[in-house]
Formats: sequence, C-alpha cells, structure tokens
Amino acid sequence: MGDGAEVDVSELEEMARRCRIDILKMTHAAKSGHPGGSLSAIDSMVAIYGTCLRFDTSNPDWEDRDRFIMSKGHASPAMYAILHQMGVLDEDDIMGFRTLGSVCQGHVDMNWTKGVDFSAGSLGMGLSFGLGCAISAKMDSSGRKIWVMLGDGETQEGQIWEAAMAASYHNASNLRVIVDRNRIQNDDFMDVQMEIGDVGEKFRSFGWKVKEVDGHDMTSLVEVVDWANREDGGPVAIVANTIKGNGVSFMENNPSFHGKAPDDEELRIALGELA
Amino acid sequence: MTAPSTGGASRDGYGKGLLRIAEDPRVVVLEADLGKSTKSCHFRDQYPDRTVSLGIAEQNMMLVAAGMASSGKIPFASTFAIFTERAFEQVRNGIARPGLPVHICGSHGGIHTGSDGSSAQSIEDLAIYRTIPKMTVVHPCDDISAEELTAQLLELNGPSYMRTTRNKVPRMYEDGEKLRIGEGSVLREGGDIAIFSCGVMVGEAMAASDTLSAEGIECTVVDMHTIKPLDEILISKLATRCGCFVSAEDHSVVGGLGGAISEWIAANSLVPLETVGVKDIFGQSGASMELMEMMGLTESDICEAARRSVERKNRL
Repeated sequence: MGDGAEVDVSELEEMARRCRIDILKMTHAAKSGHPGGSLSAIDSMVAIYGTCLRFDTSNPDWEDRDRFIMSKGHASPAMYAILHQMGVLDEDDIMGFRTLGSVCQGHVDMNWTKGVDFSAGSLGMGLSFGLGCAISAKMDSSGRKIWVMLGDGETQEGQIWEAAMAASYHNASNLRVIVDRNRIQNDDFMDVQMEIGDVGEKFRSFGWKVKEVDGHDMTSLVEVVDWANREDGGPVAIVANTIKGNGVSFMENNPSFHGKAPDDEELRIALGELA
Repeated sequence: MTAPSTGGASRDGYGKGLLRIAEDPRVVVLEADLGKSTKSCHFRDQYPDRTVSLGIAEQNMMLVAAGMASSGKIPFASTFAIFTERAFEQVRNGIARPGLPVHICGSHGGIHTGSDGSSAQSIEDLAIYRTIPKMTVVHPCDDISAEELTAQLLELNGPSYMRTTRNKVPRMYEDGEKLRIGEGSVLREGGDIAIFSCGVMVGEAMAASDTLSAEGIECTVVDMHTIKPLDEILISKLATRCGCFVSAEDHSVVGGLGGAISEWIAANSLVPLETVGVKDIFGQSGASMELMEMMGLTESDICEAARRSVERKNRL
C-alpha cells in the first residue's frame, strides 16, 4: 500500500463490497456487534488503506508505518474486515469475533490484533492518541502520517475538542481526521439526542483544513484522501457524509442497527443485496 | 505553623529525576500548565524540543502520552494529583489497558498541600490508581527518594502513577542507593511493632518511633514508597517478627496503603493493624501542620495507634 500506483476505483469498490460481507457475517456469527457504523465507515477506510496508507501486511508492527487510529472502536468489524481483506487476519479470526480468546475483540484492541494501532472502546480518546503519534513522528523527523477515524456522535465528547485545539497549536500537519457523519448515535438520530451542527466548521474554527465528501462515492473519496494525504499546512479533517448501515436496505438510516447484529433471515437478505 | 523550611519536597526530586534520565532520547515530558508546580519545568527549560505543553486539558494529555508511548517514547506526564483524577478513565482505558509505559506524576497530593483547600487535596489517588491492573503506584517521602524512584521508572516496562507533595519535609535519605521500586525501605528496626508509612508521614513515623522507644516500644519503620506492587515479602517477615502493624499515610484510610495492608492481612495472617490516615472526610484551607493535626495525621496520632496495636497484640 502507499506505493503511489494508479488507483482502480472499481477494485476499491469491490474491496468495500467484500468488507461489507465480512461485517455482516462476523456480527451475525457473534450475534452482537455494531454493523451500522461499520457499514457507514467502510468506504472511507478502503479509500485510505487502498490508496495511501503506508502499511506492510507482512510486518504490521513496522515502526515507521502510517497509523490508522480507529477511535470509534465499536465499528471494529470494519477494521477487522479491512485487515481480513488485506491478508493480516484470516477467516477464522474474523468469525471468532467477540468470542473468548479471539484476536477480534468486541472493540478494537492493539494488544489483541495485529494491524490495530489503538485500543478503543471509550469514545473521544482516539484523536488525542493520534496527536501523540503525530507529535512523536515529528520528533523523529519521520514522514509517517496519522489517520484518525471519528464517529460524528463521538464529537460530543469534550476531549475531541481539547485534541483539536492542541493539534492546531502543535501544527500537527501529519494528522488527518475523517469524521463518519452518519447522523445516528446509540440511542437515536443525533438531532433527537444532541445535534452537533456543522462539524466541519467546528474543526475549521480550531485552525484545521476541512473538506466534505460523499462518504460512499469512491471516486470522490479517493480524491479527497489524496488531497488530505498531500496537504502539509496543518491538521486536516474530512467530513464524510455517510448513511448508517449503507449497502443493506433495511439497515440504512436505521438507528436500531447501531448495535444489533443481523439474524439468520436478515443476513440472507443482506448478502443477497450485496451479491 | 507552616511546613519545615529545610529538607526536601518530593516534587523537587521528580524534577531532578527527569533531568537525570534526560540523556535517554526516548524520555519526553508532558505538561498541563502546571510544570512550574510539578517541577517538570526544569526539563522543559533544558529540553524544550522534548517537552509537550498541552494546556489545561488533562484528559487530552493522558492520551497524547499514550500515543507517544505507542510510538517508542517514554512519556512523563504531570499535573496536580487531583487533576490526574479528572482523567482517571483515560488512564485506565487509554494507558493501562494497553500497558503503555506512561509515567504519570500527581503533585500536591494529600492534606499536606494546605491552604488551597479541599478541592486541591487529593486523598484518594493512591486508592484509585491501585485498582487498575498493570499500574505501579509510588509515593516517595522526600526529594532524594523521589529523584531516585523517578529515575528507576525509566526501566519499568509499564504504566505508573507517582504522587509527590508540595511542601518540604525532613529528608529521610542521604542518597537513593538502596531504594528499589517494589521493595519497602526499612529505616529503623525494632521488634515490637512495624509502622508502614509513605509520603510525608514517613518523617512523622520516624519521630513517633523515638517517642515510642522511650516508652519501651521498639518500632520497625518502613518507608513503603511503593503501594503497588505491595512488598508482601517484607510485610510477611514483619508480621512474624513484630506481630502488629500501624499504617500511616496522608490519604484516605479507604483503599490506600492501609487498605492494601488490610487486604494482605485478610488473606494471610490476622495481625492487628491500626490505620492512620484521613478518616473518610474532606479537608479545608489551612496551614499544613494545622490541617495534619486536625485530621489526625501527626506523630502523636501514630504513637496512639501504635499503643493500641501493641495492646491488641498482647491480648491475642
């Protein structure tokens, strides 16, 4: 990855389709997990991993790799699906999701899973962790870049804005955030729970460079990820407007699939739609 | 009455300890607008490129430290003890759970902090950090031991919390040569009772042992600078030798050094234990020694506790 080769959008779309199947199969097998936010985030993650993230699948611990911080750690199926499709995890690994002793813990965990750079599960912490990685990379005069995936509901946590302020002050030009703006959080739609308004403008007001994108249009995602990857004037945020549960008709925009796995019949229908 | 003007404050030892290990390029210092108070400012003056100033935002500081530790750095992050507690869950989930070598220093711990009042007087920090798996919890008694133990943290391959204190107290050490994290330091030997103390109460325990000796009660006095892991070998040895204990700490009697020793006793040997500490109440503004007297944290409180403990032993 990250070799600058010509991007084949259709290949990325196919990878995202296979990841969606993995997300559904592993949550179904576990009878728990968070398919909705995994399906909304997956296209952005494929765009990042598939085009620019410097990451050695044969040596996931490579010290000078770019980092991908999955701050919305409940969307772990998306992370495991990517690592599966890249060959870091195998089928047995992902199908053991959430079971005793599995390398695929309920929330992403750097001590359990090769290729995972952050132990998440408590929202609001990943941007600070990413900033620590970014400051360290600068201290080391390394060109490694740090990507952080945030949920939009997660930005209700005050620590996100502590980190946003600090990233700007420390000119963390190697730090890139992508906000999965699916407008649904655990209990309900965000405008019912506590709408956050223009999240991009908020990052901008903290001194970040910001672009918005259709988070399910791979061509647009590849373009904006390329922009973010090349940008060198300070921290960068991408607001990816997404649909929770994207790709599965009955999960789309449906708050009940935030944290509920598909049952047998729902899996059958969903896999049919993704065939 | 104010704190003694001579001797050393453990926060000064922390500052010196950082300078001692500064030649290791992995060492980085993180501050939350209290570097002049915690004494990390000396490192900042000499190594500004390895100091990260994060403003009044402790939760962010803890996870920035974790990210740096995951990138090969050995972060030392400090603020007031009480404000580390604001980021307790960040420490638990972001630092300790992945086992990252982040060293947190909470200065101005305890009632001894004085006139800032109860909002600044952390009396529960040792207890809460002791509950977190993988954490080492250290509370030195003076500047000499704080410097040595800070330097030793460099070799600790995991997270730690060190509480330091604001005010100078009489020094208990001339040098830190024999100090080891995880091993209680026996400062005085006697066969009638063992007094386990930490922080500013070590000096009080030594003074109490003089008074008690004049009464014919010979004390072993331990500087139990490491609350976790608890030096169970030493406790076991002293249970056999002395047969009764006192714990003394400028911290709640719930869950700190006294709590840790109580747990050992419950599981191992029914040795009488009297706990000297803050009795589950908040403090207030006042001079250090005024407050220590009001809260029952003086030499004479240790003496009374020791007499009770010996009496209980004699009744067994």
